[in-house]
Parts: sequence; C-alpha cells; structure tokens
Amino acid sequence: MSKLLPLFIAGPLLGAVLIPLIARLNRRLPEWLALLITLCLLGAAGGLYFRGPAYLTYAVGGHLPPLGINLVLDGLSHLLLLTVSLVTSLVVIYSMTYLEQYTGKRWFYALYLMILTGMNGVLLAGDIFTLFVFLEIAALATYTLVAFGVEKKELEAALRYLMIGTVASILILFGIGLLYGLTGTLNFADLSRSLPEGAPYAKILISVLFLVGFGMKAALVPFHAWLPDAHTSAPAPVSATLSGVLIKVLGVYALIRIFYNVLGLSPVISGILSFLGVLSILAGGLLALGQGDLKRLLAYSSISQVGYIILGVSLGSPLGLLGGLFHLFNHALFKSLLFLDAGAIEYSTGTRNLKELGGLKEKMPWTYVTTLTASLSISGLPPFNGFWSKLLIIFACIQLGRLWLAAAAILGSILTLAYFLKVQKYAFFEKLPDKLVDIREVPWSMRLPMVLLALLCLAIGLVFPLMVNVFINPAVAAVTAYLGGR
Amino acid sequence: MIVYLACVLLLSIGIYCVAVKKNLIKMVIGIIIMEYAVNLFLVCLGYRTGGVDPILGANGPAARLMDPLPQAMALIAIILGLATTLLTVALALQIYKKYGTFDITKMRELKG
Repeated sequence: MSKLLPLFIAGPLLGAVLIPLIARLNRRLPEWLALLITLCLLGAAGGLYFRGPAYLTYAVGGHLPPLGINLVLDGLSHLLLLTVSLVTSLVVIYSMTYLEQYTGKRWFYALYLMILTGMNGVLLAGDIFTLFVFLEIAALATYTLVAFGVEKKELEAALRYLMIGTVASILILFGIGLLYGLTGTLNFADLSRSLPEGAPYAKILISVLFLVGFGMKAALVPFHAWLPDAHTSAPAPVSATLSGVLIKVLGVYALIRIFYNVLGLSPVISGILSFLGVLSILAGGLLALGQGDLKRLLAYSSISQVGYIILGVSLGSPLGLLGGLFHLFNHALFKSLLFLDAGAIEYSTGTRNLKELGGLKEKMPWTYVTTLTASLSISGLPPFNGFWSKLLIIFACIQLGRLWLAAAAILGSILTLAYFLKVQKYAFFEKLPDKLVDIREVPWSMRLPMVLLALLCLAIGLVFPLMVNVFINPAVAAVTAYLGGR
Repeated sequence: MIVYLACVLLLSIGIYCVAVKKNLIKMVIGIIIMEYAVNLFLVCLGYRTGGVDPILGANGPAARLMDPLPQAMALIAIILGLATTLLTVALALQIYKKYGTFDITKMRELKG
C-alpha cells in the first residue's frame, strides 16, 4: 500500500514532462492524459480510505528516516489529498472546453500537473525541507499560470504574486535554516522531539518567520495583497484551483504542520492566529462587499473564508479543529464551484463585471442553480455543507468562552450572505441587457463538473455525520495525536 | 556570530530593495540578494571550526567533519532560486514589451 505514495508525486510529474512532448501527435492528447492522471489519483486517494485509518510511510530510495527522505500519509494529509484530487480532476474536465479560447494548451496542462505535483509533494512530505521544495515547485508553476493570458493585467498580477511569494519562500527557508540550527534535524516526527527546552528568542524568531511566510502563502489579512489580483487574472480553472486548494495546501496545511507538530501551539501563537483569522473574516468580507468584478469579489471572499479555517484551527480544541478542517474541505468544494461558475458566465457573456450582467437566470439555468447552491453553502444556510462547518467553528469559540470571536464569525457569515445576494441580484435577476440576448448556456463538459460540485455541497450537508466520521475525524485525530504526545 | 549578522544584514538589504525600489530590475536584484543571504546562512550553519570536507572514506574516522546537510540544502535552494530568477526576468521582459518601462509605479491596471 505504501508503494502508492510516490505515485502521487511521480504520476503528475511524469505527465507534466510527457504532455509537451506528445502534444504534436494529437491535439486532444494533453487534456485526456491530464484527465487520466487526475482521475487515477482521485481513485487512489479515495480507495485508500477503504482500508481504515491511514498511516503510511515510504522511505524514498530505501534510506530510512530521520536521515533519508520519507513520505508520510496521515489522516490530515489524506483529507487534503482527497480534496486536491477531487478538485483538480473536476477542474481538468472543465478546462477541456474552457481552454478552447487560449493558445498553448499543452503548456497549460503541463504546468497544471506541475502544480498538482507540488501540492501532493507538500502534503506527503515527511520533512520540512522536502515540503519547502515542493512548495516552491507548486508556487513557480502557479506564477506562470497566473500570467497565462500574457496581457497587461495578467503580467502585473503575476509579478505582484511572484514578488510576494518569493519573499515568503525566502523567509520560510530562513526559518527552516534556524530550525535546523536549533535541532539538527529536518524530519517532522524528529523535530518535535529534539526541540530543546529554553532558547525562547530563537523560537520566537522561527515562529514569526513561519507565521509571516506561510501567512503570505495562505493570504491572511495583513499579507493578502497578492491574492485578489492573482485569482482574478488567472484563467477560471486556475483560479478555482488556487482558491479551492492551493492556498490551503501551501498556507493552512503547512501552518497546521508547523504549529501543531513542530513548535507546539502556545497560547500566544493561538491568540495571534485567532486574531489574524477574525481580521481576515471581517476585512475580506467588507472588501468583497464593495467589488464590482465577480472574480475579484470571489477572491476577497476566499480571504474571508480562509479566515474561518484559521480561526477554527487556531483554537486548539478538537471541536475547533473539526470545524476548521471541515470548513477547509467544504470551502474547496464551493469556492471552486463559484470560480467555475464565474468562468462559465465570462465564457458565455464575455464579461464578469456585475454591472454589465443581469437576467441570466433564464438564459443559463444550470449556471444559475449551481451558483445559487454554492452561494447558499458558503453563506452557511442549512441544509448545505457550509452551515455545519461554520456552526462547528462558532460552537468551538463559545465552548472556549471566547464570545467575541464567535460574534465576529457570525458577523462574517452575515457579510458573506450580503455579498452573495449582491451577486445573485446583479448577475441572475433584474433585466437582461440588450447585448446579452443571444447568449447560450455553456457546453456540457463545463456543466458536468459544476453540477457534480453542487450535488456534493448538498449531499455532504445532508449526510454530514457520515462525512465527519469517515473523513474529518481521522484528520483531527492525526493532529491532536501530536498535541497529546508533547 | 559576525557571519550570521552579515546574513541578516544582507537579507535586510534584499527586503529593502524589493519593498522600496521602483525599478523592476532592481527588485529582481533585491530578490537575488535575499536568496544569497539565505544560502550563505545555510552554508554557515554547516561550518565547523577546523572541520574537513565531509567525503566518506577520504578522511580518517576521527576527523571532525563539516555538516553536509545544510550544504545540500543550499544547493537545492540555489536551483530553486535560479528558476525563480529566470521566471522573474522573463516576466519583466514581457512587461517591458507591454508597458515600455520597468517602472512599477506606471503599472496600475489592477485596482481595488
């Protein structure tokens, strides 16, 4: 079974190398190969759940840890791995039609699989330096894909993203160096054991470096400046991947690994993370409310929702972790869906300015229903999945007696509802502008992933105890196991 | 100790360049300086006073070896830095083609 682990990295890497080479044979070959690889990975990630709680390790090249590089799959990385595989495979189906408007499709699929390589590598890395290397691979592929349109806006957004992302990476590498100097090891399992008592200043410096570095990757509020530009300028499938999974894998997952497994969640760090989470919820929500560009609104909404995840995780209680990780999974579903819907609207109408849209309800019924489902989910209305995860986060705040955090979370939820009502009103209701009379619904290959994601949002909301038991609880157990061990 | 302070100084110069400079090429140089600062830091971490090259079998068993792991990390970091620099310069060239300038204050397509 553990032989499967390297395939999660080697599979997409091989695909990324092969696609530009074989693209000359048949112009449809790249997308089918990408689809095959992502579906295989989804099957493997899902199939691993059938053999009970997962804890798999694989020593690369036969060199045993702590000296060799090893790949580790525990409950937390398994949950993220499933999320990544699910979102990427649906996004590849969607891009088969969507990308017709771009040239250089093979480079898109090659780079897309490179992002997947990077994300899977980050999730499976058993030591912090391997995590960093795969983080850089994913980040470099993303910078390039943000600039995929090669127009003024795309280039500017990619540049801004690259500058902030590179500074973040360098700070993270500096932190890794300090951590190695302090402990003499890089392996996650070894690090927490060999972290010496005392040395408070070094620990504070390391915490600050990682908080700023991974906070930039996760787009927490003081470090969020790159996200609205990058997610707005990228092609819709890339935006869906970026908002849906990339910021969570590169930012939130890494933060959880470092602060739960390695440094330990001290009350100060927990407080800072809670504060940043609440700040992100409120600032992201307020900024989203003022946006006229649909994708930009969704990008600010991502900042706000990542705030919820960080708030839940930062509480340090099992219930908070449960809510945070559940919201992470749910947000991956509905935010990818919303970006795909925004892409569908742009594909059909040629604009994503809310002021120029209207009355799409009749013309694009599938897009309307899926957007409505996602909007209700993300605003936290029962019986959709977003309701349960937000409820769990708010309960976790109340359980710990932090009422002002709970109040801020509820306020953020009202803000979310407000800006999605705005989307519904401007895009789908009111009068259809004259120049949009001839538009048609998007083709089936774009509709299929949207409908699947919408059905998942509803289904997970209806059977959420099952979902929590099978997928989320093992992840919470994996994180709290380290907490108990310290 | 003085070497570590030099690393931090270099890192600060790099951050200053990226944060304050208006010219794209100067910002790229800032990023390169930051990368070098971190690489220097990694190599310094592995240095042992009076140590010898960490080559298996080349020295006696009792020899005091340099720590090879940070050197390997620095090598990989250099490769990643090269990729980043190449990408940044390629982006900067594309931007120069579209905007006709390297001045980032002239690039104001995105707002809000």
